[in-house]
Amino acid sequence: MTQNTENNQNPAAVNTEPGKIQDHFDLFHTDPYQDLFEYKRQFEGAHSKEEVARVAEWTKSWEYREKNFSREALTINPAKACQPLGALFVAAGFEGTLPYSHGSQGCVAYFRTHLTRNYKEPFQAVSSSMTEEAAVFGGLKNMVDGLANSYELYKPKMIALCTTCMAEVIGDDLGAYVQTAKNEGSVPEDFPVPHAHTPSFVGSHITGYDNMLKAILDCLSKDKKQETTNGKYNFNLGFDPYIGNIRELKRILQLFDIDYTILSDNADSFDSPNTGEFKMYNGLTTLEEAGDAINGEGTFFFQKYSTLKTQEYLEKDWQQSTFNARPFGIRGTDEFLTKLSEVTGKPVPQELIDERGRAVDAMTDSQAWIHGKRIAIYGDPDHVLGVVNFTMELGAEPIHIVVSNSNPDFEKELQAILDANPYGQKATIWPKKDLWHLRSLMFTEPVDLLIGNSYGKYLWRDTKTPLVRIGYPIFDRHHMHRYPTLGYQGAINMHNWIVNTILDELDRKTIIPSKTDISFDLIR
Amino acid sequence: MRQIAFYGKGGIGKSTTSQNTIAALSETERVMIVGCDPKADSTRLMLHCKAQTTILSLAAERGSVEDVELEEVLVPGYNNVRCVESGGPEPGVGCAGRGIITAINFLEEEGAYEDLDLVSYDVLGDVVCGGFAMPIREGKAQEIYIVTSGEMMAMYAANNIARGILKYAQSGGVRLGGLICNSRKVDKEVELIEALAEKLGTKMIHFVPRDNVVQRAELRRMTVIEYEPEHPQANEYRALADKIKNNKDLVIPTPITMDELEDLLVEFGFMDSDEEYQKVIEADKATTSV
Repeated sequence: MTQNTENNQNPAAVNTEPGKIQDHFDLFHTDPYQDLFEYKRQFEGAHSKEEVARVAEWTKSWEYREKNFSREALTINPAKACQPLGALFVAAGFEGTLPYSHGSQGCVAYFRTHLTRNYKEPFQAVSSSMTEEAAVFGGLKNMVDGLANSYELYKPKMIALCTTCMAEVIGDDLGAYVQTAKNEGSVPEDFPVPHAHTPSFVGSHITGYDNMLKAILDCLSKDKKQETTNGKYNFNLGFDPYIGNIRELKRILQLFDIDYTILSDNADSFDSPNTGEFKMYNGLTTLEEAGDAINGEGTFFFQKYSTLKTQEYLEKDWQQSTFNARPFGIRGTDEFLTKLSEVTGKPVPQELIDERGRAVDAMTDSQAWIHGKRIAIYGDPDHVLGVVNFTMELGAEPIHIVVSNSNPDFEKELQAILDANPYGQKATIWPKKDLWHLRSLMFTEPVDLLIGNSYGKYLWRDTKTPLVRIGYPIFDRHHMHRYPTLGYQGAINMHNWIVNTILDELDRKTIIPSKTDISFDLIR
Repeated sequence: MRQIAFYGKGGIGKSTTSQNTIAALSETERVMIVGCDPKADSTRLMLHCKAQTTILSLAAERGSVEDVELEEVLVPGYNNVRCVESGGPEPGVGCAGRGIITAINFLEEEGAYEDLDLVSYDVLGDVVCGGFAMPIREGKAQEIYIVTSGEMMAMYAANNIARGILKYAQSGGVRLGGLICNSRKVDKEVELIEALAEKLGTKMIHFVPRDNVVQRAELRRMTVIEYEPEHPQANEYRALADKIKNNKDLVIPTPITMDELEDLLVEFGFMDSDEEYQKVIEADKATTSV
């Protein structure tokens, strides 16, 4: 680069009170930094501010939207994560289980960070630490050593093993490797090491969730089939980030007085009490219960598209009835409770009937603010189905529905729901599209509200559309996962988040004195 | 359902041998051929075409393997043998091994393995990487047949394949079913392959003689079984098919070291011993210095 002696700024020269640490919000707005940024432009090949503004404006046009939608080889900000994330997530719900990622360290570090950023909790998982040698010679040695070390150091009761891109591309055969590791004494022969192939370049986190759940159930239920059933029902929530939902489900089942097993109860894994002592394993589904689930009366699934292979396995190999329910919103919860009552022969508890009344009452109280609001929604297939159903119950109108990890069966199911509802007539499903596509949709066909995870905040910033954070991950708000979105209580929570986001936005819009404040009201 | 795989050095006549054998087997069994070779020529003689549409080429065209339907790539050929080819990337790019994994996973997910008596994998070359070992993973082919001939590189490859099988045999159930000698009319070929088979702990299951009818049939994109069912060569393949069908002699191979393999070649006169080599070199030096 060219020499420059005149404009050599030193940001360390910022004058502050001694001992006072400048917050970065303020620091970078001080003159030395601002001058420095200006100076650096010459090295950045930066376009003029006018040109940047012109192009930014152009990206809001229909012309750009068409270009954007003819994109073939590039994905920008997809609303999905990769397979091992789901595998680690589901594994964490089982007693004493150490999730193990067969691959390089970076992968597992990323997944741990991802979960930690959502839950603000530590998350333990290990890896094979595969390096260049392993890529060339195969990861067998890494797995033999990795399993031995994990077993020795962390004393787990089960190691749930998934793969990464690297192990998959070089074709490591998990089944053979695990057996070899057992033969070589890394772990005892009867020690459970369920394993699932979870290449990140196939499917998404919900595929990984499915693969790992199936592997765990298959491993633990071996030789456990009894002549008679155990009288219990199994419940699986799928890749549901709301630990409040597991707790809400347990409350409902206790009210019903139903004996149950939650398949992957990771509520405490992501929300363990702070007692001052570190507890490595917090999965609440015991290995015995999980194995005995094969003798259950049946299994309820709350996310169909996150558990396709597991459900097929339960029906074929376990010869067990499976029920799909989506207890989100009023109708979804009604259907679930009715089915539960029908299957178990127990009446719906009065307490839940009362809660239903309260939820409906709450929705009626604020319906005037939500009715007819145009909404954009994105996320996983089952999650989106729940939110779409609920927003239509509120009288809102879904407009853009973006599902990056979509599939044709889901699209058909969702389309039928939209077609059958007067509020669903204006909706378009955008399968396999990403959030940059959604940005174009929101500029060309604006909506009143955006519902999805934290990644929507970039759309909120660009389009000024208020964002309701429901989904995974939520990195930039705290404690959302503690609340249920499931059942009537969950409906009240989601309703609360939606209507109060609308009201907050209204206040912001009417905030300018003697201009917009004619509508700045105390009462809404 | 039995699952078998044919491995062997490229150009050894593996696809021809396997298709002729499968054609013979299809007279009594319901068979599927899974071609695991980017060239996609493992089913040509069954389908009478140049090359069938492969799983991966269609996946590349559509953008994703999820967008491929089973009926588009699984085609009934001669005697209703179901034919499918994995295909693979262009030479010099991508990863053919991963292609095989992707293709076989696709077949499993789409339910291609239903209502069959026999599945046969035809795999290119050696077990060079994890992907090429996909057909011998647990739950896949349990019996491996190595097609070879009395040539050094073919035997080298056969030994390598035995090493691959050994790796998986200890943890899973894969076994070596035997060597198939596809004759190149090399001197002492039978003896050589039998000696190799013995060292590998297996046997030469069949010696397929060389006959021009094979080429004549190939020109017509047919197996001998179809082209000239009464020809003695057709009966050779039937005999091989029968031996495979009734083969109970499945072993964990005992591959040999490079030195042992070379000793074997020396013994059969394909290679000179180190002493002979030294003598020749000395003699060369003597002539040039004069």
